Amino acid sequence: MSNDSHEHPVNAPDGTPAAGSGATAGSSSTTPATYDSHVPSHRESEPIADPGLPPHTWRPTDVDPKAEKRAERQIAGLFVAAMISAVLFVVAYFSLSVGDSWDTFAGMGASTVALGVTLGLSLLFIGIGIIHLARKLMADHEIIEMRHPAASPQEDRDATIQALNDGLDEAGIGRRPLVRNTMIGAVGILGLPAVVLLRDLAPGDKLDIGKLAHTIWEPGMRLVRDVVGTPILASEIEVGDLINAAPEALFPTEENGYPELHGAEKQVQKAKGAIIIVRMDPDDITAGKGREKWTADGIICYSKICTHVGCPISLYERTTHHVLCPCHQSTFDLADSAKVVFGPAARPLPQLPIEVDGEGYLVAQSDFTEPIGASYWEREKQ
Amino acid sequence: MSVDTSKVATSNRTDAATASKPSPAGSLASWADDRLGLATAMKKNLRKVFPDHWSFMLGEIALWSFVVLLLTGVFLTLWFDPSMGEVTYEGSYDQLRGIDMSSAMASALHISFDVRGGLLMRQMHHWAAMIFIASMMVHLLRVAFTGAYRKPRELNWVIGCILLLLGTLEGFTGYSLPDDLLSGTGIRAADGFLKATPVAGTYMSFLLFGGEFPGESIIPRLYIVHVLLIPGILLALIAAHMLLLVYHKHTQWPGPGRTEQNVVGYPMLPVYAAKAGGFFFMVFGVIALMGGLMSINPVWKFGPYDPTKVTAGSQPDWYMGWPDGLLRIMPSHMETVIFGYTISWNVLIPILLVPPLMLVILMLLPFVEGWITGDKRDHHLLQRPRNAPTRTAVMVALMTFYGLAWAAGGNDIIAIKLHASINQITYFMRGAIFLGPLLAFWITRRWCISLQRSDNEKLLHGYETGIITRSASGQYAERHLPINPTSAYTLTARDRDEIYAVEGDTDASGVAAPNSRSEKVRARLSSWMYQHNVQKPTRAELEEGHHHAEHEAELQSGLDHPADGHQFDDHRLRDTDEVPLRDH
Repeated sequence: MSNDSHEHPVNAPDGTPAAGSGATAGSSSTTPATYDSHVPSHRESEPIADPGLPPHTWRPTDVDPKAEKRAERQIAGLFVAAMISAVLFVVAYFSLSVGDSWDTFAGMGASTVALGVTLGLSLLFIGIGIIHLARKLMADHEIIEMRHPAASPQEDRDATIQALNDGLDEAGIGRRPLVRNTMIGAVGILGLPAVVLLRDLAPGDKLDIGKLAHTIWEPGMRLVRDVVGTPILASEIEVGDLINAAPEALFPTEENGYPELHGAEKQVQKAKGAIIIVRMDPDDITAGKGREKWTADGIICYSKICTHVGCPISLYERTTHHVLCPCHQSTFDLADSAKVVFGPAARPLPQLPIEVDGEGYLVAQSDFTEPIGASYWEREKQ
Repeated sequence: MSVDTSKVATSNRTDAATASKPSPAGSLASWADDRLGLATAMKKNLRKVFPDHWSFMLGEIALWSFVVLLLTGVFLTLWFDPSMGEVTYEGSYDQLRGIDMSSAMASALHISFDVRGGLLMRQMHHWAAMIFIASMMVHLLRVAFTGAYRKPRELNWVIGCILLLLGTLEGFTGYSLPDDLLSGTGIRAADGFLKATPVAGTYMSFLLFGGEFPGESIIPRLYIVHVLLIPGILLALIAAHMLLLVYHKHTQWPGPGRTEQNVVGYPMLPVYAAKAGGFFFMVFGVIALMGGLMSINPVWKFGPYDPTKVTAGSQPDWYMGWPDGLLRIMPSHMETVIFGYTISWNVLIPILLVPPLMLVILMLLPFVEGWITGDKRDHHLLQRPRNAPTRTAVMVALMTFYGLAWAAGGNDIIAIKLHASINQITYFMRGAIFLGPLLAFWITRRWCISLQRSDNEKLLHGYETGIITRSASGQYAERHLPINPTSAYTLTARDRDEIYAVEGDTDASGVAAPNSRSEKVRARLSSWMYQHNVQKPTRAELEEGHHHAEHEAELQSGLDHPADGHQFDDHRLRDTDEVPLRDH
């Protein structure tokens, strides 16, 4: 097949047509014989004949030495500007400080701005220079190259298929189904070791999904403010308030005696134990079945973790008692067992049963009675 | 006896006719070829022809931004510590000093505030990622709208779709690494998605996180996926994508001298190499300017991840926005419990079913089209979108679906900016996501067909000159002139659509032909695809049209020859042969 490149005829710079230009430059006369069914035969009933490539036109830089020199100077100028920018980059790197006492420029970090601008300009000058060079000074004769079919020639294809069949034949696998099937089975079963090897991604009892059903809450544990960890007096909550709170066990002191938690363990318990406390007019509350005694004087407490995909919910509208998850806008009615009133969530927020202890602080009656957060396959089984 | 050699010389050279020394480049090439034997492959490829069109540059942006990602990414790895070990931040950023956070977050802050050029590189890396994915998408649209995905390029289209998927995953793993509040929120949502997977979902989540969310393994694990696994596959697939491009040779727009059998353009060495190489520097330069001047992902403003906190208006990076939008517009209470097991349709459908389904639809497009048309030919000439109205309309419908889902992903932002009710925006989106694509399909197809008609008008009756003539009877008419032969040829350089017809359901002896049912479906689809298209005029129609136009003009002018409207002044209309550059 033909891969010959040939430049198409060009006119002389003065405009006189070169021999062979015009219609004959089109490929109709150069179609190689190897073309058969692979490309549309698109020539027969064309309403307008292919006029062929238009003649080459010369650029000012091809015919005018002055324009050529000017282009050279422009390109060299761009490259020099790139060098200057690169040097300025180095200057900026050493002269502008970051860290404690960083220089600023128009409210931005001067070092970042200066480094970005000098690096960017240097690269842009190089890029524009090279493209300018290609457009103005490099030869701009278009070239015609013939295509070839994507498929191999038929004889190659036949030979390959013959070789493939010979090979398979000599292997004899097809004639020995017992060998073939056991071989496939042996290789296939290697998938098992590959999968089993991943078991210790969550080693030992870390893979115990039963943990999803429990949080750190336990009977009598105080509800504390989530940043400072101070216990909450029932009397200090006003109707309409929403308090982001946490289990006291996340703020261990000598006094309360909870063990210290660190790193991952602390994050896990934080992720599951977060709650919101709201107080509303007791008459507004429609207590869920069996939840009549889960509130304390209009104070009601829910998991803060959205039952959709587990974002912490946060936006409370006190007049409607609705709370909205900022991630996907699931909306829960806190006055009515946190039932879903809008958005993609399917289940209400789990409610934490609370009461007031002897000193007037809010405490949990128990752990949550259902898993908190996003749904999962085994959820109802636990 | 001496011989007079002066009469023998036929050359006018003044120097001796000895073999000239090879050029330095030539001798280096010879040295290399002695050892590598590359000359056979290179003799064709060094001067390989690439056709020129602005739209062929979109894929190049993706390629070059990937190179920038590799370079800036390597820089970031020198300081980034992908660990979730708890440290107390003691760096330069005042507001967070003394706060406990993971090493990952602390090292991200260190790169941002204490490494010179670190913030620049972080921002360049993030901007380059956005440009990488955006340019892949626009490049994909270009390829689809021009029919460049037809045979023999279907497999390269599939590779491109996989590249887009991998680029998206690479972006997600990347922006999850700094362990700031926003990235942690994203990871928690991803954990929710995993847990919604039926049967194995809970265990998949526990294995990925090394136990319960968030654990201390997820960031080191995402890190190795982000810096080794996905980039490795990306590199391999990009190489395959480019090799196939070289093997197939680039598609080109039809035009005079540009046919299915050839490719017309500039040789790789020097013009194309210079343009592409120069363009690399320009992409790099623009990204550097963006990194220096435009803030992106300011993790220090979000603070370290705390599973009990979230900011309002939390948004994933834009390319993850459309599944997030589908998630947001799911109706409430979509969960069923079967035999005690929970199936969360509210997550399953928008995250685990629809996005993979969309990707499969995208990958199958060239195969479905090829099957319906029954076209087994190689195609190297691009089609204008209007000349494939059904394909164009399908793509616009898919884009509309994407756009609506994406907008739904910003429903909170839209509500705030427009002071609208978020509930009503969501209700609207629930309907629009189904109706919008249908409407877009219908409008686009009619629009394409109208454009085809307009092309035919131009061919048959010429272009509107803007010259109004008044006939003797007082009738006004606009003068039309024929378009130039180059434009006329380009407009007609397209295939006629052939509606696939079933030959007959039964063979000679009355037995039903094999596959006759699928053949009927195919014929129906082919007719649905093509029947309203406007075909280019035939030669006879063109001649008839020109003849008619001349006749009209004569009638209008009341003369025995066409009037050009300038009978009484000196501004005689030049016809297009005299003004060859006039482009209509």
